[in-house]
Amino acid sequence: MKKTLAAALALGLMTGAAAAQDVVKVGIAAEPYPPFASQDASGAWVGWEVEMIGAICTAAGLTCEVTPVAWDGIIPALTAGQIDAIMASMSITEERMQTIDFSDKYYNTPTVVVGAKGVEMDATPEGLAGKIIGVQVSTVHQAYAEKYFAGTAAEIKTYQTQDEANQDLIAGRIDATQADSIALDAFLATAEGTACCEVKGAVADDPAILGLGVGVGLRKGEEELKAAFNKGIAGVLADGTYDKVTAGYFASSIYGN
Amino acid sequence: MRDWLQPHRIILALIGVALVLWCATQMRWDWLPKYAPMMAEGIWRTVWLLVLSSLLGMALAIPLGLAQAAGPWVLAAPARAFCTVIRGTPLLLQIWLLYYGLGSLFPQFPWIRESDLWPILRQAWPYALLALTLSFAGYEGEVMRGAFRSVPRGQLEAARAMGMPRLKILTRIWLPQAVRNVLPTLGGETVLQMKATPLVATITVVEIYAVSSRVRQDTFIIYEPLLLLAVVYMALAGLIVLLFRWIERTGPQTRPAGR
Repeated sequence: MKKTLAAALALGLMTGAAAAQDVVKVGIAAEPYPPFASQDASGAWVGWEVEMIGAICTAAGLTCEVTPVAWDGIIPALTAGQIDAIMASMSITEERMQTIDFSDKYYNTPTVVVGAKGVEMDATPEGLAGKIIGVQVSTVHQAYAEKYFAGTAAEIKTYQTQDEANQDLIAGRIDATQADSIALDAFLATAEGTACCEVKGAVADDPAILGLGVGVGLRKGEEELKAAFNKGIAGVLADGTYDKVTAGYFASSIYGN
Repeated sequence: MRDWLQPHRIILALIGVALVLWCATQMRWDWLPKYAPMMAEGIWRTVWLLVLSSLLGMALAIPLGLAQAAGPWVLAAPARAFCTVIRGTPLLLQIWLLYYGLGSLFPQFPWIRESDLWPILRQAWPYALLALTLSFAGYEGEVMRGAFRSVPRGQLEAARAMGMPRLKILTRIWLPQAVRNVLPTLGGETVLQMKATPLVATITVVEIYAVSSRVRQDTFIIYEPLLLLAVVYMALAGLIVLLFRWIERTGPQTRPAGR
């Protein structure tokens, strides 16, 4: 039994290594996750992440093939060799690192603070002194706000949904809200959001709470492929392709600091 | 004491004790010390919301009931309309209408935003208290209408024949008897009012129910906070029942025997 397992693993590794030389199958989640990856009317995959796969592979000198895989089976698909890499907005976590390896991050949406226009504040503990901050309950943002802002802020209010926090921000019951920049960009794009509020800045990073960002998931031990992806990511960041693709989808950079 | 020593009672009591012991030893309570201060605050908030909204609601319910029972139609019609609307719509809807509806109209007027009242108006508890008060007034207004009607007319006619002024008839004869007649109903309604308070958790008032949800969402422990919450509400309901029993016992027994 052990032998067959080892044999299967070796086979998987071999096919993986072989694939790395010709076509690299990049797995994306089969479930749509706009604006990162979704299918258009003709069934073709489009989105920021899909474009970025093309750009990074070109910069890395790899021939890539986008392969949709169900999200809940995406890591087994990688370890079994059905795909060679995961680029499906997968956050780098300690837990996943026990099973698979990650490239450098290729995005990390910043956590931003949004507040009412005309009120002086920024996304620091001093800048939010005496302010009422609203966050969604049991999120990394609540954990972050309670660690960094609870000392100086007047109050940290929790909401079941970010929409309710946004409502109360419009109504002036809270002075600011903290959340993922993509979620808040969508709010600021609405008529009420544009009228009332603006981004006051991104909070200082704390990987222990906010995570390490999103990287390419790879099988353990494939250093060559990992180096290639890291080269590709560095390449698109350096030559401006990254910013060009991002500008098509987001108002500001999502690389994070 | 002998009543308690019957076999089936002893067995039931033992089963009860065993259940409590099992819950205490086999379930996870390690979160309790961390959340205990928050829970105490939550219980306090539930209690004062309940007490204030019941008292204020009752103060509104008496004129509402009186207007419907004996007032001219200009007073009776709006009072009836108010009670019908309040009793005919869900309390959750009323809370949300006040908080997200009325509450978001205020900031559109700069003079409200700059006034000294704004720090209070921007908080959630005034809307919670207002909604609970109006709801209690609506239900009890209807109860009081029946209560005023149930006082025998002969009593009022006798008082008038004695030359009592109308206000004195109300405060000495009519109101005390009306309230006394519906005391058991009021006790039940107050327990119902207590069970309506968790709804204000939806507008960010952190009372005991909100604290229990917070524990569940933070720790992913489901049964323990909910069981403790049930025990807290049962204890509060028990206190309300005892309070009303005491009020019923202390006052003079005005109801004629045999009725």
